[in-house]
Amino acid sequence: MKKSGIEDAAPVCAPTSGNPLIERSDRRSFLARGAAISAGLVAGGASVAARAADTSSPAVPIWSRTPGTPMRAYGTPSRYEEPVKRVLTPGYPKVSPGTGSSLTPLQTLEGTITPSGLHFERHHSGVPDIDPAQHRLLIHGLVRRPLSFSPQALARYPMTSRVCFVECAGNSARNTGPEPLQVTCGTLHGLVSCSEWSGVPLAMLLEEAGVDSSAQWLLAEGADSASMSRSVPLDKALDDAMIALYQNGERIRPEQGYPMRLLLPGWEGNMNVKWLRQLKLTAGPMHTKDETSKYSDLMPDGKSQQFTFVLGVKSTITRPSFGITMEGAGLYEISGIAWSGAGRIARVEVSTDGGASWKDARLQGPVLSKSVTRFRLPWDWSGAPALLQSRAIDEKGNVQPDRKTWTAQYSAAHRYHNNAIQTWRVQADGSIGNVYI
Amino acid sequence: MSTSKLGVLLAVPAFFLAACATEMVEPTGASIGRSPGLGQPAGAAEIALADISIPPSGAGLPAGSGDARGGAKVYVAKCQVCHGEKGAGKPADSLVGGMGTLASPSPVRTVGSYWPYATTLFDYTRRAMPVTAPRSLTNDEVYAVTAYVLHLNGIISEDHTLNAQTLPAVKMPNRDGFVDYSRVR
Repeated sequence: MKKSGIEDAAPVCAPTSGNPLIERSDRRSFLARGAAISAGLVAGGASVAARAADTSSPAVPIWSRTPGTPMRAYGTPSRYEEPVKRVLTPGYPKVSPGTGSSLTPLQTLEGTITPSGLHFERHHSGVPDIDPAQHRLLIHGLVRRPLSFSPQALARYPMTSRVCFVECAGNSARNTGPEPLQVTCGTLHGLVSCSEWSGVPLAMLLEEAGVDSSAQWLLAEGADSASMSRSVPLDKALDDAMIALYQNGERIRPEQGYPMRLLLPGWEGNMNVKWLRQLKLTAGPMHTKDETSKYSDLMPDGKSQQFTFVLGVKSTITRPSFGITMEGAGLYEISGIAWSGAGRIARVEVSTDGGASWKDARLQGPVLSKSVTRFRLPWDWSGAPALLQSRAIDEKGNVQPDRKTWTAQYSAAHRYHNNAIQTWRVQADGSIGNVYI
Repeated sequence: MSTSKLGVLLAVPAFFLAACATEMVEPTGASIGRSPGLGQPAGAAEIALADISIPPSGAGLPAGSGDARGGAKVYVAKCQVCHGEKGAGKPADSLVGGMGTLASPSPVRTVGSYWPYATTLFDYTRRAMPVTAPRSLTNDEVYAVTAYVLHLNGIISEDHTLNAQTLPAVKMPNRDGFVDYSRVR
C-alpha cells in the first residue's frame, strides 16, 4: 500500500479523525490522508508533520515538561481539531446568506451525541438574535384560556429530558441525483444530528390552556424573519412533544432555536420549529408553504403525499467512507449510525459485497427510541474491492429500502425522505467512493 | 401452594418488569405531572399581532384588496431581483409554468403548477417576503402581488380583484393533487 508522510505521523496525533481509538490501532488504522485533503485539512496535516519531527527524538514531549494553559470559562475543542466543521451550503448567498443549511461532519464523529456546535442547521431566513426577556410563547386559538409564557416562566416548569435525533426531511437529497456525488458521509447524510434535549412537555402547557374539543391540529410558528410555520396534529403534541429549552445540558444555541424550539421526536426536522413563538390550536391544518409546496412527496402519477411526518428507518456507514483511505489489508471496524422515526433500532445488517450477503452488526447501547444508535462490525479486509452497505430494521419491523425500491415509489424529481441504502465502494488501492447499485 | 406464596412468586418478576418498564419509559403526555400554572392570560392585542396564519377557508384574511396591474409594480420593485422577470425564477424559485408536467419525467413545481391553495401564497408572501424585508408589504400590496403571480400563471384575469372574499374562492390547478398522509404513521 502507498504510504504518506501524514500516515507515518498518524500514531503521534489524530488531528483529522478526532478518534484516538483509531490511531491506537497503529498500522491497522485508517489513513486519514483522503479526509484531510478533501476537508481542506492541509494546515492540520502540516502540523502533524511538524509534531512528528518534535517527537522523533526520545525526549519527553514539550507538554510534559512545561505547565499547561490556565482554566477557561468556556471550553473549545483542541486546536488540532479545528478542521472538524460543518459544511455550509447557503442557498442564496447574495440575497439571503442565512438561508440554507449546514451539515454535520458525520465521518469525523463517534458515539451518538452530536456536539451542539456541529448540529446541522437549516434556516429559512437566517438565525435571529432573540432577547429572551422580550420573547414569549403564545398558545391561542381553540383553547379556553389563551396564555403567554416567558422563557423564564417555562424554566420553572417540571422538565423532561430525552435523547433523540432531528433529521431534515431533505437529508440525503444529494444522493438522489443522476450520478453519485463523491463527497463525505456528512455532506451526503449530515442533515441528521442527535442531542439530549430538555424542556417542558407540551401536553402540560396545552392542559393549562385548556384545549377545546374541536381542536385537532396546531399551527407552530417561529420568530425568525421567515416566521416559519407548520401544522402539527394534536395527538402528536399530546404524545411526546416538548418545548425544548436545553440541548446537551446547556441552553439551546441560537442556530437551534434559542430560546426555545418545538421538539417532535422522530418527525421531519422542519416541523421541529425553532425560535418557537406561537402555537395556535385549530380544527384543520393551515396548509402552509412548507407543508404544501415544500416537504410534500411527489409520486410518479403526479399526485403528492402530503403530511408525511415520520422519518423512515435509516442507517449509514460513517467509517470507512469517502475521504478516508484504507491502509492495506487487515482488521478494520465498520462503524455507522442508525435511526428511525418510528421507534428503536432493532437490528442493523452490514454487507461488504453490495448486498449479496449480510451480517448483523453489534448495536451499542443504550438503544433509545427515535434516537441515533451506533453500530459496529469487525471486518477483515482482504485488500480486494468491496461494496459496503448498511441496512437498518426498527422495532416496528420497518426495513430500510434499497435504492431501487425507494426510487420506484416517487417521481424522478422527488428529493425528500430519502432513507435508501447507500453504498461505499472500497477500491484495491484503498480509496473509497460513493456508488449507485 | 398457598395463595400467599404464589403471590410472592408472581410479585418478584412483576417487580423487576415494572422496574425495567419504568427505566425504559419515554416521556409522554400521560406522565407529565402537575403544572405550576405560570402562563399569563394573553390579551386580544397580543393575539392579533401574532395571528397572521391564513387557512384555505380564508379565515383571518385582512381588509384590503389588489389586482395584477397593481401587483406588477410591486413585483418589479420588490420581488423580481430574486424571482426573475415575470416569475421566471433565479436565484429563487420560479413562480410560473410547469402546468401539466407533474406526472412527467421532468416535473416542474411552481405556484401555478403545484401549490394547492391561493391562501398559502398570500400567507407566505405576507409573513416572509421580500426576504430582505419581511412584514414590510401592506395588505393591499400582498393582495396585489398575489394577484399578479396568479395572473402570470393564467389562473385569474388581469383585472380580477383579490380580497378576503375572492382570494379563497380561487381554485388552483393542482388543488386535488395532494393525498393526506397525516394518519399514516
